[in-house]
Amino acid sequence: MPMSTSTTMLDDFLVRAVLAGLGLVLATGPLGSFVVWRRMAYFGDATAHAAILGVALALATELPVGLGVLVVALAMAVTVSTLAAKGWAMDTTLGVLAHSALAVGLVAVSFLPGVRTDLSAWLFGDILAVSRMDLAFIWGGSALVVALMVWRWPALLTATLSEDLAHASGIRPDRERLVLTLALALVVAVALKIVGALLIAALLIIPAAAARGVARTPEAMALLASAVGAVAVGAGLWGSLTWDTPAGPSIIAAAAALFAGIALGGAFRRG
Amino acid sequence: MSLIGARGLTVRLGGEEVLKGVSLAVEPGEIVTILGPNGSGKSTLLRALLGILPLSSGEVIRAPELRIGYVPQRLAIDPSLPMTVRRFLSLPVRVPDERAAAALARVGVPEVGQRQMAALSGGQFQRVLLARALLSDPQVLILDEPTQGLDQPGEAAFYRLIEEVRAETGVAVLMVSHDLHVVMAASDRVICLNHHICCEGTPRVVSSAPEYRALFGLGTRGALALYRHEHDHSHEGEDHLPHAHEHEHHHA
Repeated sequence: MPMSTSTTMLDDFLVRAVLAGLGLVLATGPLGSFVVWRRMAYFGDATAHAAILGVALALATELPVGLGVLVVALAMAVTVSTLAAKGWAMDTTLGVLAHSALAVGLVAVSFLPGVRTDLSAWLFGDILAVSRMDLAFIWGGSALVVALMVWRWPALLTATLSEDLAHASGIRPDRERLVLTLALALVVAVALKIVGALLIAALLIIPAAAARGVARTPEAMALLASAVGAVAVGAGLWGSLTWDTPAGPSIIAAAAALFAGIALGGAFRRG
Repeated sequence: MSLIGARGLTVRLGGEEVLKGVSLAVEPGEIVTILGPNGSGKSTLLRALLGILPLSSGEVIRAPELRIGYVPQRLAIDPSLPMTVRRFLSLPVRVPDERAAAALARVGVPEVGQRQMAALSGGQFQRVLLARALLSDPQVLILDEPTQGLDQPGEAAFYRLIEEVRAETGVAVLMVSHDLHVVMAASDRVICLNHHICCEGTPRVVSSAPEYRALFGLGTRGALALYRHEHDHSHEGEDHLPHAHEHEHHHA
């Protein structure tokens, strides 16, 4: 019965896509909240854009793509936070790094035969093609990020609030910055397959920004950001199947719609 | 035995010697105020004592297991970070509700627990910072210009509060100010700082002569008493830096 076979297959890839998205938003909720609180949006962009360079290196050296992305994203994140600690003009520096990483990555990829054709999958994600292996990688990486954030939460929050206050409480802000840097590189590696290099920062920032409108504590904002992300994954995938739109951008569009709805609702409540 | 202090503390920031050869000690239960004009290194001194800034030379001496309550000069909370007063009091160490409520009541703002930090007035905000500092059951409170941005009555009320807390708990207080008027009455000892320690004295000595205009360039009468130190304090082996003595020395 061809009909039932295709139905089962559909269910299967859709289930995998939903699971992949949910696994990712567990991590992007809390991490995205820190990205917003610490004004690291451009930092996230630079790290995410470096992922394309990681893909090129991984394919050229026949290493696993996830590993290549992780290594290059981590190198970029460490470079950026080192420059930040040295007091470089961050806006310009990040602009240079973010766009250069993307451009150099795209040029590098173009030298590899066969990659050109599915370049859009690296740029915008390919969540509908997530395999069981991908799923294990996504949930493993996400769980690691969540564990890291839960473990360091009080210290991360105090250091974000005020580095001096953190110092006086025996917390080392530079160490907490490193924790966030590491978490960001992990999330980039995890998210690449789902929303692609261009939209990772959006998935970090938009749900957190939406959650800010209704949250009263940092913890509530982190959890709400994950919830907004989960709804966006569901709505985006549904929209993608209904109107045959690309899945990654559809998820981000759904998150943006949620943000707009919450912002308008807030403005309405306040009169 | 003193709680916290410094010996020969020298700090360079960006190649400039902001503090040179500073030695001081804070004894249990006393209120010490560091006075000095803007840019004299007051905040730098506190930050060095707290271990935030690296020392070029000298040392910071702390009693073992010293508990410090720190009230920073400014705390700019990013508007994107939602933070109730109650949550703030539990950073980084969670405190039970009744302790948090008692601390807020002690500093005179019992009603603000569920408010957002960003919605507080300047005076309420400083009191909440103080409440958080008190929750660590400190042996010494370190306050960096805690009344900046408050009006004069607010300032006076805040320093009265500090005195009350000291009387109740016996906590030592080390604070920084650039304004004498209100601070004086509340202090046991005043240290005048302009990159190095110019003088120390009881507020009685200081208030008996309006000489702090030497440091601040204000006041109406001629000045001297605070500066009777200047040939006493030791400068041995020290080449005077051009900025070290920018203040005028008034001699009667």
